[in-house]
Amino acid sequence: MVKTYNVQSHTEHPVCVRKLYMGFPGETLLEEVSFDVYAGEVFVILGGSGSGKSTLLKHLIGLYSPLDGEIFIHGRSLTQATPGEKTQIMNSIGISYQSGALFGSMTLLENVRLPLEEFTDMPLEAMNLVCRLKLFQVGLEGYEKHLPSELSGGMQKRAAIARAMALDPSILFLDEPSAGLDPLTSLELDELILNIARTLKITFIIVTHELDSIFKIADRMIILDKRHKNLAAQGSPLELSRTHPDPWVRSFLNREKIAP
Amino acid sequence: MPKTANPSTLDYSLKTAQDGTVHAEVRGRMEAGSVGPLWKELASRLKKPRGGLVLDVEKVDYMDMSGQALLLHFSRLVQDRNLPVEIRGLRSDFRHIQEQIDCFDCRPRPMQRKLSALEELGRAAVNLGRDTRQFFSFVGEFVSAFAYSLTHPGTVRWRDVLSHMEYVGGRAVFIIALMGFLIGVIIAFQTAITLRAFGAEIFVAKLLGLSMVRELGPLVTSIILAGRSGSAFAAEIGTMKTNEEINALQTMGLSPVRFLVVPRMLAAMLVTPLLCLFFLLFSFIGGALVMLSMDFTLSSYIHQLSTSVGMTDFLGGMVKVFVFSILVAWIGCVRGLQTGSGASAVGRSTTSAVVSAIVLIILADGIFAVVYYILGI
Repeated sequence: MVKTYNVQSHTEHPVCVRKLYMGFPGETLLEEVSFDVYAGEVFVILGGSGSGKSTLLKHLIGLYSPLDGEIFIHGRSLTQATPGEKTQIMNSIGISYQSGALFGSMTLLENVRLPLEEFTDMPLEAMNLVCRLKLFQVGLEGYEKHLPSELSGGMQKRAAIARAMALDPSILFLDEPSAGLDPLTSLELDELILNIARTLKITFIIVTHELDSIFKIADRMIILDKRHKNLAAQGSPLELSRTHPDPWVRSFLNREKIAP
Repeated sequence: MPKTANPSTLDYSLKTAQDGTVHAEVRGRMEAGSVGPLWKELASRLKKPRGGLVLDVEKVDYMDMSGQALLLHFSRLVQDRNLPVEIRGLRSDFRHIQEQIDCFDCRPRPMQRKLSALEELGRAAVNLGRDTRQFFSFVGEFVSAFAYSLTHPGTVRWRDVLSHMEYVGGRAVFIIALMGFLIGVIIAFQTAITLRAFGAEIFVAKLLGLSMVRELGPLVTSIILAGRSGSAFAAEIGTMKTNEEINALQTMGLSPVRFLVVPRMLAAMLVTPLLCLFFLLFSFIGGALVMLSMDFTLSSYIHQLSTSVGMTDFLGGMVKVFVFSILVAWIGCVRGLQTGSGASAVGRSTTSAVVSAIVLIILADGIFAVVYYILGI
């Protein structure tokens, strides 16, 4: 089968997804999905439970291979990349997992320092300063010597974001950053994301279903549709919630039941 | 393989003026993967700053937090000595980040105060006291839960006991049989070589029978049990502890000891003597093969074996392996319940379960040797 993709369009944006089929053998979750993520924006992936949000994220960061289609990160195909190219692509992105996934036997400083130790030739003193700055940015100054188990859930999520930013990636992927956090901590996390996006011009791709958070931080979003295995909508949250023709999309975003 | 985040280019030229001022002109991308050499060079030139620092970053196209950290670190380093610092041509968007991190205190944080020897000793004593108390409270909790289960057999989760019996016993049969067979062959062969010099090969059966039934059978079976099942108990219960499943049990009003420990211990106590029987059987088969290869008949081998090993020896061995199985399963569960938090804690408790079990087995074996000697068994 000869595949043709619009080369021009997928080199322009940090992330381009073209005709993506994903799922498991015998069961597709999404079919022929295409979307772009623009530079410097906060992009949200939304969908009901089991719609494949986290699976889509795992495809975007190269943990899973799509059944068909292409994913381009900074114009480079993730699906056709050699292992060496894949490592380079991975170093240009940062990922914060749902559970934080901090290494339990290492202090926060050591967690954040790990990527720097492995991929840069900075002296130790420089690495330590950079790590402390990252922790300062996420409001965890003074917790450098703490183990992850000594921190609250919200602090662990912020530390995970600091680790994801260790190599100053141009794209940050966050999987449900505010899940399980109290409203105030969740609000603080939203402000942190906006602050980082504005000052460091980092592109954020966030999987979440916290509607309040989406309306506050998202520039654009996609909504995954489990019924049709496709995108129900893409655009700015406010616009979609007011004017989208599909009543299901409007009711999803406005948290309303559709009249029978 | 060179360690680089991504291929990135950073050029710089450094010169030190006569008054000691360091001039640095930087071009390209100041980022995590590229600032290392410049940092080292500046650090060596500014070890003892005599003059100021001029950093020209006009031709820098991109600056990430590592680049910002470099500016911050060296300008503070020079400023702290009351020497002038000038950063030329910093783009407004980069300056914005500098302003945000300006309140950051670059100086390394003071190390935690080291404890004095007396304080260390005091803390160690407190920890030992706490561990001992925890140990005895666990023994008490276990004995009461076990006694309750024995007097109320309906409360025991027999389905769990069966599944643990399958894992501890059924799935260990092959390894136990293999070890028994090989050890039987090896011991019979080694002793036969020595005894042949005296023409006493027939006593191989006697030696093999006694050593296997009284010592090696119980010992090897319970050491395999420690490595296979004691470690599994510790890892399984330890992971449940880190996942807060133990807390969930407690808050549901269920005793973790009755729910998790009793079924595992019952399973181990019921199947380990059977495993030991398998071990003995296969070790005797191994011994028989060696004897047959030395032209002894099977009947003479069996006759020697049956006359040398009495019922007292056999029961003595079975009592031993029964006690060892209690020790192994118990210490596995204790270590699991004592697990701290994090993945490494599970690893530590698993290791500790195996090591403690083996130490306990050897200690108990020593005690048995003395008791059997006094009793004349």
